Amino acid sequence: MTRLGPGLILALVAGFAFLYLPILALIAYSFNASRLVTVWGGFSTHWYGTLLANEPLLSAAWLSLRLAFVSATLATALGTLAALALARQGRFRGRLLFTGMALAPLVMPEVITGLSLLLLFVAADVERGFWTVTIAHATFGLGFACIVVQARLVGFDRSLEEAARDLGATPLVTFWTVTLPLIAPAVAAAWLLAFTLSLDDLVIASFTTGPGATTLPMRLYSAVRLGVSPEINAACTILIGFVATVVIAASLLLKRRQALGA
Amino acid sequence: MSGPVSPVKAPGRLVVAVPYLWLGLFFLAPFVMVLRIALSDAATALPPYAPHFEGLAALRDFLAGLDLENFGLIWEDPLYWQSYLYSLRIAALTTLIALAIGYPLAYAMASAPARWRAILLVLVILPFWTSFLIRVYAWIGILRPEGLLDMALAALGLSDQPLRLLNTETAVLIGMVYSYLPFMVLPLYATLEKLDRSLLEAAADLGATPLKAFLTVTLPLSLPGVLAGSALVFIPAIGEFVIPDLLGGPDTTMIGKVLWTEFFSNRDWPLASAVAVVLLVVLVLPLALLQRARLARAGEGGGAA
Repeated sequence: MTRLGPGLILALVAGFAFLYLPILALIAYSFNASRLVTVWGGFSTHWYGTLLANEPLLSAAWLSLRLAFVSATLATALGTLAALALARQGRFRGRLLFTGMALAPLVMPEVITGLSLLLLFVAADVERGFWTVTIAHATFGLGFACIVVQARLVGFDRSLEEAARDLGATPLVTFWTVTLPLIAPAVAAAWLLAFTLSLDDLVIASFTTGPGATTLPMRLYSAVRLGVSPEINAACTILIGFVATVVIAASLLLKRRQALGA
Repeated sequence: MSGPVSPVKAPGRLVVAVPYLWLGLFFLAPFVMVLRIALSDAATALPPYAPHFEGLAALRDFLAGLDLENFGLIWEDPLYWQSYLYSLRIAALTTLIALAIGYPLAYAMASAPARWRAILLVLVILPFWTSFLIRVYAWIGILRPEGLLDMALAALGLSDQPLRLLNTETAVLIGMVYSYLPFMVLPLYATLEKLDRSLLEAAADLGATPLKAFLTVTLPLSLPGVLAGSALVFIPAIGEFVIPDLLGGPDTTMIGKVLWTEFFSNRDWPLASAVAVVLLVVLVLPLALLQRARLARAGEGGGAA
């Protein structure tokens, strides 16, 4: 069954064309000299220049990057702990509730997550802004981080941990010297996932933010509502390029480390 | 997997307690808040709701003060239940179309030579990393009047009339299927790849046609993947806000958009909360199905490992 018939090849080509053509078209038109988005006026990087002068967009991008960095770090730390709890602590009291709470944000509609967190922040009378969005994103990213790390924890050889314990290492030392190095690729992948999820989120941020903390997706959203413009195409292309570079670099790095480790 | 249960030591307890506390505070408590505010009156003051109870003061007061007014409104005003029904319709159609596109794709991926599979898998996951908003925006440029689709059709001589797809249900469905397709393909691929190919050979040896072998062997065995993929698409699709807002029109009002409007435009927080509570109730059944599919897969994985 390793031969692909013409039907299956068609399924592959059509499926991937559907996934990739829209993004490629968007990137191509960011280099269009004409302001009329549908008329090709020749190759130009003009719109990238105007982006550099767009102060509100740049400050929103900077805020989103800082926010994604902090919330991804929190989400990864908490998600790794949650994964350790689920994979190593056996049956503890309230395990079912714990699993449900950790994994529900993965499929929960964002409008519900956003609204519920906002109501909590209002009830607690917290000033809304950078930190409330960070907490919201950390909570939302925790479940994703947990799944990624848990898959790795379940897959690896536990006898290494047991050997360390038999040789007298405390649980904490075992974790730092044996477990963490082994799950490091998964932890890095979890951080990246949480980072891009935060960078991408519009709905939860819109609910939980306050005055003065407008994220990049919120700026893009209000621009997109006004219609298509080559300047937005350019902003989107930079974002796609940034994320693609980070993801590809990370996967190459992980592959090398795995190859060295094996 | 769970050998002899070792006694839980102090660090172990901390490992459970820290994320537990965080989730209790920032996931569970907020839902209690939603319920509480859904049961209170709208008020124009800031924050725009009048809570019916403060602190833990007397359960009796609380029960006497429960106000189902907001739920009554959702029940009576056709706008709300029509939006729920419409969201269910769009989510169901999205799931079916994603399954129709995703199954052949996942099947072809799983049948491809082993050295291709890793690359194909990355190709499916990569769009997931690009911004959701950007992917929806890309479709505006394609579907709008005199957009890329109209241009391509005119260039091919197929049609010189603009299709006017933007702001229609078709546009919403295209955007939804496009955004959620990886969620369908990944679980399908995971089950199809694990499928024991010798079963198909056995079916063929016993005289089954490829179609019959597919229908009696492959399809039933891949049902857990179908179920998981469908739930992963269906559940978030019901509450989707961005896609119907940007690609849809006035007649594609999904419940996520209604909640957003009640909250941000009408500033009726209690009503928005009641909409959220009813949406959660609608989601209970598919969530339970997803959990079952997950447990089934976990059991399978345990057996294979």
